Amino acid sequence: MATPQNPPGAGGDVARPAEVSRRGFLTQGAAAAAGLAALAAALSPLRHLKEGDLPTAEEFLQKHYKEMSATERARVLARIQEQVRKRYGVTPQVNDPPPLDGVEFVYGLNISRCIGCRKCVHACVAENNPSRAPEIQYIRVLEMEKGSIDVETANHRYDASPVPRPDKWYMPVQCHQCANPPCVKVCPVEATWQEPDGITVIDYDWCIGCRYCEAACPYWARRFNFTEPQIQPDQLNPHLAYLSNRPRQKGVMEKCTFCLHRTRVGRLPACLEVCPTGSRKFGNVLDPSSEVHYILKYKRVFILKADVGTMPRFFYYFDERGSRYHDPLEGEGQATLGEGA
Amino acid sequence: MKRYFTFLWDCFRLSFVGDWRYHLWMTALTLVALAGLYAYCQQLVHGLVTTGMTDQVSWGMYIANFTYLVGLAAAAAMLVIPVYVYRNLHLHDVVIFGELLAVSVILMCLLFVTVDLGRPDRFHHLLLRFNFPMSMLTWDVIALNGYLLLNLHICGYLIYCAYCGRRPAKKFYIPFVFVAIAWAISIHTVTAFLYVGLGGRPFWNSAIIAPRFLASAFAAGPAFIILTLQVVRRFTQHQVSDEALFTLRRIVQVALLINLFLLLCELFTEFYADTRHVASAQYLFLGLHGRHALVPWIWTAIAMNVVATTLFMLPASRALPTLNVACVLAIVGIWIEKGMGLIVPAFIPTPLGELVEYAPTLHETLICFGIWAFGLLVYTILVRVSVPVLAGQVTYAHRWGSPPPASPAAASPAFEKG
Repeated sequence: MATPQNPPGAGGDVARPAEVSRRGFLTQGAAAAAGLAALAAALSPLRHLKEGDLPTAEEFLQKHYKEMSATERARVLARIQEQVRKRYGVTPQVNDPPPLDGVEFVYGLNISRCIGCRKCVHACVAENNPSRAPEIQYIRVLEMEKGSIDVETANHRYDASPVPRPDKWYMPVQCHQCANPPCVKVCPVEATWQEPDGITVIDYDWCIGCRYCEAACPYWARRFNFTEPQIQPDQLNPHLAYLSNRPRQKGVMEKCTFCLHRTRVGRLPACLEVCPTGSRKFGNVLDPSSEVHYILKYKRVFILKADVGTMPRFFYYFDERGSRYHDPLEGEGQATLGEGA
Repeated sequence: MKRYFTFLWDCFRLSFVGDWRYHLWMTALTLVALAGLYAYCQQLVHGLVTTGMTDQVSWGMYIANFTYLVGLAAAAAMLVIPVYVYRNLHLHDVVIFGELLAVSVILMCLLFVTVDLGRPDRFHHLLLRFNFPMSMLTWDVIALNGYLLLNLHICGYLIYCAYCGRRPAKKFYIPFVFVAIAWAISIHTVTAFLYVGLGGRPFWNSAIIAPRFLASAFAAGPAFIILTLQVVRRFTQHQVSDEALFTLRRIVQVALLINLFLLLCELFTEFYADTRHVASAQYLFLGLHGRHALVPWIWTAIAMNVVATTLFMLPASRALPTLNVACVLAIVGIWIEKGMGLIVPAFIPTPLGELVEYAPTLHETLICFGIWAFGLLVYTILVRVSVPVLAGQVTYAHRWGSPPPASPAAASPAFEKG
C-alpha cells in the first residue's frame, strides 16, 4: 500500500496547477452557499432564545459578589428587583443581610421525634423560590429501616399520608453547611463559599454551571437548574435576598442556605417553623445559652457520614424520653399529620 | 510576517483540495458536526434538560467522552518518547501525526467541557476568579490548554520550517518536546484527580484511578494511531513503515496488560473486602436492586479488552488485518470502560442511596457525534496540509498552485525533522 504508485488521494493533486474556470467558480460558489445555508439551519434554534436568556451588558460585566462595592451591590439589588417585578408582576424586597458577628449557625434534628411528614420539604419550597416545574427540593426525607442507618436501604419515595409507619424511622437530609466543605473546594470560579456564620452560599450570577460541586457533595444537597425555573407569580415569596431565595436562572446551582434571609435577621428557618413535632432545632452554637448548645452538650448526637471528614453543622440527635419509639405503638394511627408527597 | 500569512493562506487553500473521496468525507463530517451544532443550539435555548442528566447523575456522556479523549491526547507521548528519548527511527517520520492528533483531540476535550456547562456565557469568570490551586478543574484548564499550546507550537514550527525550506532549529522545539512528554502524563493524571479527589464518591476515591487512566490511555491512544497511520499511507504519499506500526503494537501490548492487571486489582479490592463502598461497582458489574443498565456495557467492554489483549499478545497480530481488529476492539472497549464504566456508576447510587439510572438522550448523542466529527475534520485538515508541506512539495519558494518542479521525485525524501 505504501508503494509510491501515486495514489489517487490528496497528495496526487498537489502539483496540479489550479484551474479557476468559470465552472469551478460556480461549483465553489454553490458549495459555499450550501455550507452557509447548512450553518444557518444548524444555528436556527437560537431564534427561540427569549429576552433574559442572553446576559445584558450590565449582567455580563457584573463583578463577583465579594468584589462589589456598596454602590455596585445596591445597583445589582435594584436590578434584581426590577427583573422580578417585570417577570412576576410582584414588587419584591431584595435584601442582602450580612452575617452577624459572633454567630455560627448549627442545626439539630431529633430523629426520635421526626415522623417523616415532609412538611419541612414543602415549607422550604414555598419559602425559597425554587423552580416548581420541575420542582426542586432542598430537603430529602429518608424513610429508614429500623435497625439500620445505611442510607442504601432507605426509601426516598415513600407515601407520606400514613406516617409514621411503625417499623420505620425518618431522617431528613439537607445541606449540612460543612465546616470543611468539599463543594467549595472544587468550584473552579469561587462561585460558592462559606460565610463567616458558617453558611455556604452561591453567587447565582457567578456560577458557570459545571456541576462539579454537585458531584463533590457527600450529602447530595446541591441542585442544578436543568432548565428555566418555573414559578407562578402567586407562589413567589417576595422577601428576597441576594445570596439565598431570589429567583434563580437556568443553568446554575442552588442549595439550602439555612434561610439566611430569615435567620440573619432573627427569625427561624422555614423548615423549622413548620415542623409539627418540634424535631428541628436551630441556633447559634457560640451562644452557651442556646438550645443547640445544650443539645450538643447533653444529648446523644451523631453526624451523617462522619468518615468523609466534612465536619457538618447539621447533626442528628436522640431523646431518651418522649421518643415516639418509647411510646406504645398502638397509638400509631392517629399520628397521620402528613400529606401527600 | 508576510511569509507566515502566506503559509496560513496556503494551508487554508490546501485543505479544500482533494479527490471526490476526500470531499465526500469532509462533507459528511461537516454535516454531522452541523447536526451536533443544531442540537447544541437547542440545548442553549432549553438548558441541559435536553440531556439525560439529572441531579442524581449530574455528569454523563459529555464528561465521559472528555475523559476518554484526554487519554487519547496524552497518547501522543507514546510516539514522542520512543523518537526523542530512545531515538527510534521507525516512528521518526510519523511522530508528527501523533502530535497533530493531540491538537485536534484537545480541541474536542475543550468542546466537551464547554457543552457540559450550564452557563457557557460566563466562561470569562474563569479568567476573573480562578480557584487555583484548590479546584482540580482549574488545574485541568491549565494542563489541557498548556498541552494544546505546546503541541501547536511543536507541529506548527516543524511544518512552517518545512514550508520555508529551512532546517528547524533544535533549541526552538526540542525543549518543548520534552516538556510536552511530562505534560502529556500530567493532563491525564490531573483529569484523574478531578474524580479521585472527591471523598463523597467512593467509586472514584481510589488511588488506582490515575494509573488506570494512563494505562488505558496508552493502550487506546497508540491503537488509534496505528489505524490512523494506515489511513495516512493509504491516502497520501507519506511513507509509513510497517515497523512503525509494530513498534506501536508493542506499546499497546504492554499497556493493555497493565490495564487489565490494574482492573483486576480494583475488582479484587472492591469485591473481596465487600464493604458498603462496593455499591457502585456492584451496580456496574452485577446490577443493584434490580437495576442493571450498565451491566451489558461493562461486560462487552471487558470482553473486548480481553480479546484485544489476547490478539495483541499472539503473533497473529503481526498481520495487519488482525492487528486492526485488535486495535478497534481496544479502542471501543476502553471507550466504554472509561465512559459508561467510570463516570456514570460513580453517581449510582447517589450519596443518599437513591438509585436513578442514566441514559443519554438523542440531543446529547448528536452533540457527542458532532464534536467527534468536528475533531476528525480538524485532524483530517491538519494531516492533509502537513503531508505535502513536510514532503517539500509545497514551500514558500514553490507555492501550491504554481507549475510542478522539474522532477517531483526529488522532493519526496522527507524533510529532516529532527
